[in-house]
Amino acid sequence: MITEIGHFALILAFGVAIVQMLVPLIGAHKRWPGWMAVAEPAAGAQFALTALAFGALMYAFIRSDFSLALVVANSHSAKPMLYKISGTWGNHEGSMLLWVLIVTLFGAMAAWFGGNLPPTLRARVLSVQSAIAVAFFAFILFTSNPFDRMAIPPFDGRDLNPLLQDPGLAFHPPFLYLGYVGLSMAFSFAVAALIEGRVDAAWGRWVRPWTLAAWVFLTIGIALGSWWAYYELGWGGFWFWDPVENASFMPWLLAAALLHSAIVVEKRESLKSWTILLAILAFGFSLIGTFIVRSGLLTSVHAFANDPERGVFILMILAFFMGGALILFTLRAGAMEARGVFGLVSRESALLVNNLLLAVACFVVFVGTMWPLVAEMFFDRKLSVGPPFFNAAFTPFMVALGLILPIGSTMPWKRARIMRAAWPLRYAFVLALAVAGLAYAMQSGRSLLGPMGMFLGAWLVAGVVVELAQRAAWDWRRVGRLPRADWGKATAHAGLGVTMAGVAGLTAWAVDDIRVAQIDAPFDVAGYTLTLNDVQEVQGPNYLSTMADITLSQGGSVIAELKPEKRFYPVAQMPTTEAAIDYNLARDVYVVIGDQQQGGGWTVRTYIKPMTNWIWIGCALMALGGVLSLTDRRFRVAAGARKTRAQAVPAE
Amino acid sequence: MKRLILVLMLLATPLLAVQPDEVLDDPVLEERARELSKGLRCLVCRNESIDESNASLARDLRILLRERLVEGDSDAEAIDFIVDRYGEYVLLNPDMRGANWLLWGAGPLMLLLAGGMGFVYLRGRSKASRQAEAPLSAEEEARLRDILNR
Repeated sequence: MITEIGHFALILAFGVAIVQMLVPLIGAHKRWPGWMAVAEPAAGAQFALTALAFGALMYAFIRSDFSLALVVANSHSAKPMLYKISGTWGNHEGSMLLWVLIVTLFGAMAAWFGGNLPPTLRARVLSVQSAIAVAFFAFILFTSNPFDRMAIPPFDGRDLNPLLQDPGLAFHPPFLYLGYVGLSMAFSFAVAALIEGRVDAAWGRWVRPWTLAAWVFLTIGIALGSWWAYYELGWGGFWFWDPVENASFMPWLLAAALLHSAIVVEKRESLKSWTILLAILAFGFSLIGTFIVRSGLLTSVHAFANDPERGVFILMILAFFMGGALILFTLRAGAMEARGVFGLVSRESALLVNNLLLAVACFVVFVGTMWPLVAEMFFDRKLSVGPPFFNAAFTPFMVALGLILPIGSTMPWKRARIMRAAWPLRYAFVLALAVAGLAYAMQSGRSLLGPMGMFLGAWLVAGVVVELAQRAAWDWRRVGRLPRADWGKATAHAGLGVTMAGVAGLTAWAVDDIRVAQIDAPFDVAGYTLTLNDVQEVQGPNYLSTMADITLSQGGSVIAELKPEKRFYPVAQMPTTEAAIDYNLARDVYVVIGDQQQGGGWTVRTYIKPMTNWIWIGCALMALGGVLSLTDRRFRVAAGARKTRAQAVPAE
Repeated sequence: MKRLILVLMLLATPLLAVQPDEVLDDPVLEERARELSKGLRCLVCRNESIDESNASLARDLRILLRERLVEGDSDAEAIDFIVDRYGEYVLLNPDMRGANWLLWGAGPLMLLLAGGMGFVYLRGRSKASRQAEAPLSAEEEARLRDILNR
């Protein structure tokens, strides 16, 4: 019964979305207030109905209702509750429902908090947002209905992919989708502004919080996914340049570019048409990501719901929205002339260079991801583009970005002198050189990657400190009183530095060891002593486990007891490895247990991974920076303005 | 039942990527083999190198690669040997032959193109500044005085 209510609510939401797509758009064109006003309640209703549908599906998963085909395929009665809940979006149909739920959520938020927007712009934004929802409602209802019933319900389900039964991954998709779909707001604002034919500073101010929120969610989502890959896939990689990872990384890069260029629009009324284009492309790449994951076009570790028919449908959605928006862009972009004037060396140009590097880096990732397809179609060559290519082709852009960031971010608007901006940073530069020199002296290999990463990390973090001090006029008591936006910027930039240092440290200095370990025979890896004490068979809630007990010690004192596992999920017939990791800020000791050997003993792989946690600490700092910036007074002032306006309306 | 599950477990058990019995005695040679295997694709896997993969084909390739190195092949010869037999698809790092220059050149070319456009735009903006900074007309001066004195 509840399932049917959910299904019905979904169809109803589809209907409401169609109304919300058409009526306010016509209303805005004809200047009919009544028609424009439809958008607001419609957006709320659409969200409520979709939430009801999603709730119904989640209820079916929690109750293990095996009359639903989707629950049978992705759940099992013995599964822990957390994974029953996360199973709702751990599959194609459910994840699409979550996708569209977030589209409607953002639409409703724009309706609720968009009181200070001009009425025509708001009507158009909500209409475009609803058009996106219509496309995805149609996709769900016509090709991937989550509410399909089984004629004969089986006794139990086929279980969720065991790799996905993990706390890190349970929350990875929702964050990622919040990010992907958050960019739909920037897209809707861009298209609405193109229809409106006007982009001004106010537009920049409205777009920026949505983009920033989307970017924060994407950062968290990507970091969670990367962290999961690190501890779950059993060999400690954190980034694979897999097509699906790239699909989430490209929107992240463009969102980062967009939130910087929107600053230029807001403060200086320049870079307008570029910002609009970026907003369209950022969401376009989110759609491409969805297409890549679900079409099976590019093989990846995220194999999930590979179905050509669905792929074609998403490709049509992509073609419609990108084609439409880009045509509109070429027709209207000429009308948006820049107002601000600035010198060749200025904060504006620094932000332009930031955009240039981020956008071209994104382009490199895009070409690398699509190249196997292009080569096969046009040049009849079946080839692979893997991590070595991306590491070589992508890294230089990030290095360049890190090098110019502190200088660019301390430059004044309008007109600057490089030496004047760079001079106070001499302390940061000297410190960074010292750190790099130290790293070079301490490492055994001759690779420059490690010292380079340490240099960039120290340069960015110290640059941030100098910038904060400068903002506070070198008076430490004033630092605390700087606006949140300054703190947000500083935190996010420092986070980037920390992540860069972490990536370089891990890549350059990781040590690994593979051996057959005998019980009670200690062995040494890079200064650590490991002893395999015991291996046991353990029964988990829905799996069997081979669990080793390894003592990690250094210089005779015990550091940790590590319990790496090999699990087997009988329902899904799938094995997984559970690495045991001793975390600390300087290094991770990462241990994996393998097979029992015929001559006695077990295969044990040990990795010493320096600075790994810096990667995720840096991501957390970047996200925190975004949040700090979002809570800045300026946005709250806008909220206050909305209230006074809302009171003024009845008086008219 | 329990025995059955144990049997299944052994059948489906994940082999770890590089096995101890594959490791060469010569550490220099082994280091070269590890580096090279990071650039070779496991053909039956999804975007994994043979160094990371658990598949048996990856194991065969790792052993083949090590055999070639023990035979005295240089890095390039060993890679060519494998590419000759398994095709270009096995290379995770695409070479620069033929149309692949487009792949490798895409980033630098785009940077040049976009950088050029950005520079033209910036120069336009800084030239515009001269016009915008033209002195106020007499009428504007009067209006400004009017506002300031009010």
